[in-house]
Amino acid sequence: MNVAPFIRSRPLGKVHVPTVTLSHGGGGKAMKDLIDDVFVDAFDNTALARLEDQARFDLAELAAHGDRLAFTTDSFVVDPLFFPGGDIGKLAVCGTINDLAVGGARPLYLSCAAIIEEGTMIDLLRQIAGSMARTAKDADVEIVTGDTKVVQRGACDKLFLTTTGIGVIRAGVILGAHLARPGDVVLVNGLLGDHGAAILCARGDMALETPIESDCAPLYGLIETLLGAAPGVRFLRDPTRGGLATVLNEIADASQVAIEIDEAATPVREEVKAFCEILGLDPLYLANEGKIVAIVPPDEAEAALAAMRAHPLGTRAGAIGRVDAGEAGRVTMRTVFGGQRIVDMLVGEQLPRIC
Amino acid sequence: MKYLDEFRDGAKAAILVAEIESLIATMDVPRDRPLHIMEVCGGHTHSIFRFGIEGMLPKQIELVHGPGCPVCVLPMGRVDDCVNIAERPEVIFATFGDAMRVPGSRKSLMQAKADGADVRMVYSPLDALAIARKNPAREVVFFGLGFETTMPSTALTILQAEGEQVANFSVFCNHITIVPTIKAILDSPDLKLDGFLGPGHVSMVIGTAPYEFIANFYRKPMVVAGFEPLDILQSIWMVLKQIKEGRADVENQYARVVPDKGNAAALYAVSRVYELREFFEWRGLGSIDHSGVKLRDEYAQFDAERKFAIPNLKIADPKSCQCGEVLKGVIKPWQCKVFGTACTPEMPLGALMVSSEGACAAYYQYGGVRQHAAAE
Repeated sequence: MNVAPFIRSRPLGKVHVPTVTLSHGGGGKAMKDLIDDVFVDAFDNTALARLEDQARFDLAELAAHGDRLAFTTDSFVVDPLFFPGGDIGKLAVCGTINDLAVGGARPLYLSCAAIIEEGTMIDLLRQIAGSMARTAKDADVEIVTGDTKVVQRGACDKLFLTTTGIGVIRAGVILGAHLARPGDVVLVNGLLGDHGAAILCARGDMALETPIESDCAPLYGLIETLLGAAPGVRFLRDPTRGGLATVLNEIADASQVAIEIDEAATPVREEVKAFCEILGLDPLYLANEGKIVAIVPPDEAEAALAAMRAHPLGTRAGAIGRVDAGEAGRVTMRTVFGGQRIVDMLVGEQLPRIC
Repeated sequence: MKYLDEFRDGAKAAILVAEIESLIATMDVPRDRPLHIMEVCGGHTHSIFRFGIEGMLPKQIELVHGPGCPVCVLPMGRVDDCVNIAERPEVIFATFGDAMRVPGSRKSLMQAKADGADVRMVYSPLDALAIARKNPAREVVFFGLGFETTMPSTALTILQAEGEQVANFSVFCNHITIVPTIKAILDSPDLKLDGFLGPGHVSMVIGTAPYEFIANFYRKPMVVAGFEPLDILQSIWMVLKQIKEGRADVENQYARVVPDKGNAAALYAVSRVYELREFFEWRGLGSIDHSGVKLRDEYAQFDAERKFAIPNLKIADPKSCQCGEVLKGVIKPWQCKVFGTACTPEMPLGALMVSSEGACAAYYQYGGVRQHAAAE
């Protein structure tokens, strides 16, 4: 990507108080200082530093990457803001990058809108913006436009972020939930449920100490490698909220096929299993932030798996199941115990069981 | 995972299933009338579905999913009482997670929370007591719910609150007791049961003696069972063995957790804090004598029923709902008129569709693959 060297044409504003007040949302100098100090300084790029109301792209440059534009948005309200393995900033950047990448798009530009509760520490915002900047840089993505709003205490929980992203899909890459065919293989790139378990632990209300870290990571690099090795991949999805079970149900429904997975082949960390046992939760429904589910035609499954395993984000990749011609829309699991059960969509959220 | 994987070993399961098959082959089970074994406890129901145990059993055995899900059998009127308490501005209402979704006639606790009530999910009654200490200006009410498994922890929390004189803590007591309910099921004229898997964690508290009447008077085998899938298979085999030998005994498969005499300290706390109610209303089963407990007069200050004016409404179960027949094993969940149509986990009509431990919700969610197939 041709990134023009950033020449700072004006000195950046600075915030000299420790916390955000409503004046930082008033549209005046305080707001400009907040944006400069926290976001412009961290994101450090030409488009943003111009402080125009929009970022502008050269169409020819975009078109060089492929023949279709991908466009997505996601909001982040995670509590707590910092958790083992990441923070809301890293999550907001990875989440939108991954939503682009699973469509086969190369993520290029992000926006960042922040809704900030008055009283939030400026240092905390700097830390989060720094984390966003690092994550974006590592993924070769720029955060080129944004917005901040400050709301009264209680009107939001410290900080909500929304990131919107655009990316470009290479010619010839066609992925869709409706494209799964009987015989296709279901692959995942690693251990499931880490993010969901890490967040539940980090909230601290169950006084469980675990070493579980969120798997939060940008997945474009892995997906590029995978698509290179297995160009016939039918579909990719990141199993975030609702976990693996939800994604499989969406595929089975959209493609009007059945899917059977094998519990013994489904990779879940021992600590996550134990955590779920204690609380009566099911790891199949826990959120992931650095995982993909791939539906791959049988003749490319081996190459796809090998490619994923060779990538640092896929060392624990595995083939967990198969698409078959059984009852359309049904997802089942062969249990470690030798039985079979249905894996349905959750009705609401998972609630810990009483006893 | 240590102490879990050992009890989920597929190879051992195959051996046990083969043992069950060869045992039943020597028994004279009529083709049109399989043996009905009831697992009393919702925890068993959950394991049976989660590991797909029903599909592994020979056709001559049918599992009947009993009333042992405390969330499911909670009557609508009690949920309305909870919502009433929770909606008082001074109250913080603390509850176990899976009680949040149980529908009342107006709303569930989850809806009440969305409408502004301060409802908090806790993992133990001690968490609720901690909230009370932290919020001395508010009234903290813990929703005491469950069988003898959770009864002692609520009792011990009340004793601790008494010791520390935490005046703003109380319990809305809906604890229930399993034995009178098993008896009510055994007395039912349309009973079709041949044996029981006894509730493991209830028995850890009360021991095995309270079940003797099932063997002695009703001549039904009862095996107190653990919750891992191998436990359940072994317990089924033990029930079959009794039927085959013409015995009716109370046996303890779960001896690694359940002492025959129960847990004396827990029982002491229970008897100190609670006394039996004359009767308690169950969803799907109606009123059952001596099936619930309330706080003794000495602990009145911790009793939410005395602290707050509670409407104590009685709301009849919906007429179309056949939970009672499912609970007694007269019909299978999917044979109910409203299963999956008017009654779904999103909009549960009957008790058994409410919690993931309820038989109907478990069928709906995990699917008894064989039974669904048979129904189609």
